[in-house]
Amino acid sequence: MTDYGFDTLSVHAGAQPDPATGARATPIYQTTAFVFEDADHAAALFNLQVFGNIYSRIMNPTNAVLEERIAALEGGRAGLSVASGHAAQLVALHTLMGPGDEIVAARQLYGGSINQFNHSFAKFDWHVKWADGTKPDSFKAALSAKTKAMFIESIANPGGIVTDIEAIAKIAHGAGVPLIVDNTLATPYLIRPFEWGADIVLHSATKFLGGHGNSMAGLIVDGGKFDWGGGKYPTLSEPCPSYHGMKLWETFGDMAYAIACRVLALRDLGPALSPMNAFLVLQGIETLALRMQKHCDNALAVARWLKDHPKVAWVNYAGLEDNPSYALHAKYCPKGAGSVFTFGVKGGYEAGMKLVNSVRLISHLANIGDTRSLIIHPASTTHRQLEAADRARAGAGDDVVRLSIGIENAEDIVADLDQGLEAA
Amino acid sequence: MPVYPDDLIKSILRSVKVIAMVGASGNEMRPSYFAMKYLLDKGYLIHPVNPGMAGKEILGRKVYASLREVPAPADMVDIFRASDAAPAIVDEALAEKDRLGVKVIWMQLGVVNEEAAAKAREAGLTVVMDRCPKIEYGRLSGEISWVGVNRKLIDNRKPLLFGKGGSLKRVMKGEKS
Repeated sequence: MTDYGFDTLSVHAGAQPDPATGARATPIYQTTAFVFEDADHAAALFNLQVFGNIYSRIMNPTNAVLEERIAALEGGRAGLSVASGHAAQLVALHTLMGPGDEIVAARQLYGGSINQFNHSFAKFDWHVKWADGTKPDSFKAALSAKTKAMFIESIANPGGIVTDIEAIAKIAHGAGVPLIVDNTLATPYLIRPFEWGADIVLHSATKFLGGHGNSMAGLIVDGGKFDWGGGKYPTLSEPCPSYHGMKLWETFGDMAYAIACRVLALRDLGPALSPMNAFLVLQGIETLALRMQKHCDNALAVARWLKDHPKVAWVNYAGLEDNPSYALHAKYCPKGAGSVFTFGVKGGYEAGMKLVNSVRLISHLANIGDTRSLIIHPASTTHRQLEAADRARAGAGDDVVRLSIGIENAEDIVADLDQGLEAA
Repeated sequence: MPVYPDDLIKSILRSVKVIAMVGASGNEMRPSYFAMKYLLDKGYLIHPVNPGMAGKEILGRKVYASLREVPAPADMVDIFRASDAAPAIVDEALAEKDRLGVKVIWMQLGVVNEEAAAKAREAGLTVVMDRCPKIEYGRLSGEISWVGVNRKLIDNRKPLLFGKGGSLKRVMKGEKS
């Protein structure tokens, strides 16, 4: 059987009853290391000649269930779990980039990713050329001989922009480079980027996949279709010095990228995922379809209500008919436009602060993708160190409020915002 | 990539006992060495074929210069050579088909030659191209899940304990868990 539905895969993919005990839920293999059968078996494992477990920095049976599950949900070839979404970006790019290399990325990425790319990656001599995620042609203009990948979010955080994945994938493939899509805000329930030409999918599983605001985790999925030959990606195509000259692309074929991320970048950089967190994310994924639909339905109800509120200046949610992303939302994620969006509160900075101080149900914190509804006023928190003009350019103007709508009753979320706006 | 039903791959891996591996390497970092080591571990008998190493041993198995010299029987010829070398190897396999009892021509990951495949099929052989028997065995037995690979399978039964070959061998032979 190869064609189970999404909801079935969310519950089952990767998880068979435990071979040792028959436990039906996935056990938490809370162990650092795994015994070898004998010296020959150990050598074969270290040489990647047989499949098996060595050390939980590189692989762990609980994490492996999560890896196979996300690969199945995304329709990819193989997955890899790491400690956080940021770790996923580090490991994914480390496998492709060398000193002096560049990526072309949408400037509408999550602010934390912009920092990571602009500053921390520059210390590795990796460089980013920013393009406009709403203008696919700008990715072509930013290409150079050193470009090794293109990077976008399927739904951008926090702008709520739905990205034209198919158009940007064509530009990437025309340049012979893979398209990497951060699918955190959409999850494969709303968008499966491989179906639109993406080559690598990343997740901060901390958000909607885990979904309960309790565990950090990151995921990498290899689509298995990109041709790594041609010399542009020596980590994959050339003899690997730390594996006695083995060529990963030749040896592992369509899963070579996922294997390389694991046995080189994860092995050597070290951001391994705790098996406990892998278990909690797996538990979350079992209800992904139910939760995401409720998140989207609630978000649309709240966005529509806000749009007509006298104290609200504007609402930026791709699910609203007059939003610039509405057509792309209808194409890429007709089931819903996600649950993270921004709106403007009349009265600017002071009104925004008053609103977050006045809500009694919605939590004031810096995260998204929780069962609980979340709110933040970026100008007074995450972006407060910037000057007013810079804040506005970063999409964190004085009046901007970001919501991540949870799965409570929509009328309770609305009532809380109503009394909060009253106070603002 | 050609598409093969899981049941076909499973029936090949279950019924084959002896494999003639053309292009087997003595270099322990080459894919052919990996595959040979893994398949020996799972209980297959393997005759490596490599004219440059004829008379020597790989993984304790005597190396033959050509399929002509391989002792009978050999149910499957596994081609670990460039795609354009496949027709000559298939011709040789067909010449030795009755003596060896060849039933399957398997071309490795990245090896595709439609002309050679058509010829083998006309002679009544089963052909698999662009696949690795190690990866397929790992996928169908569940072992490959340990590296996060999407097996496209769901299991509601407890698998037999993974061992260094023994128990998985039983799984692949179709014994019930």
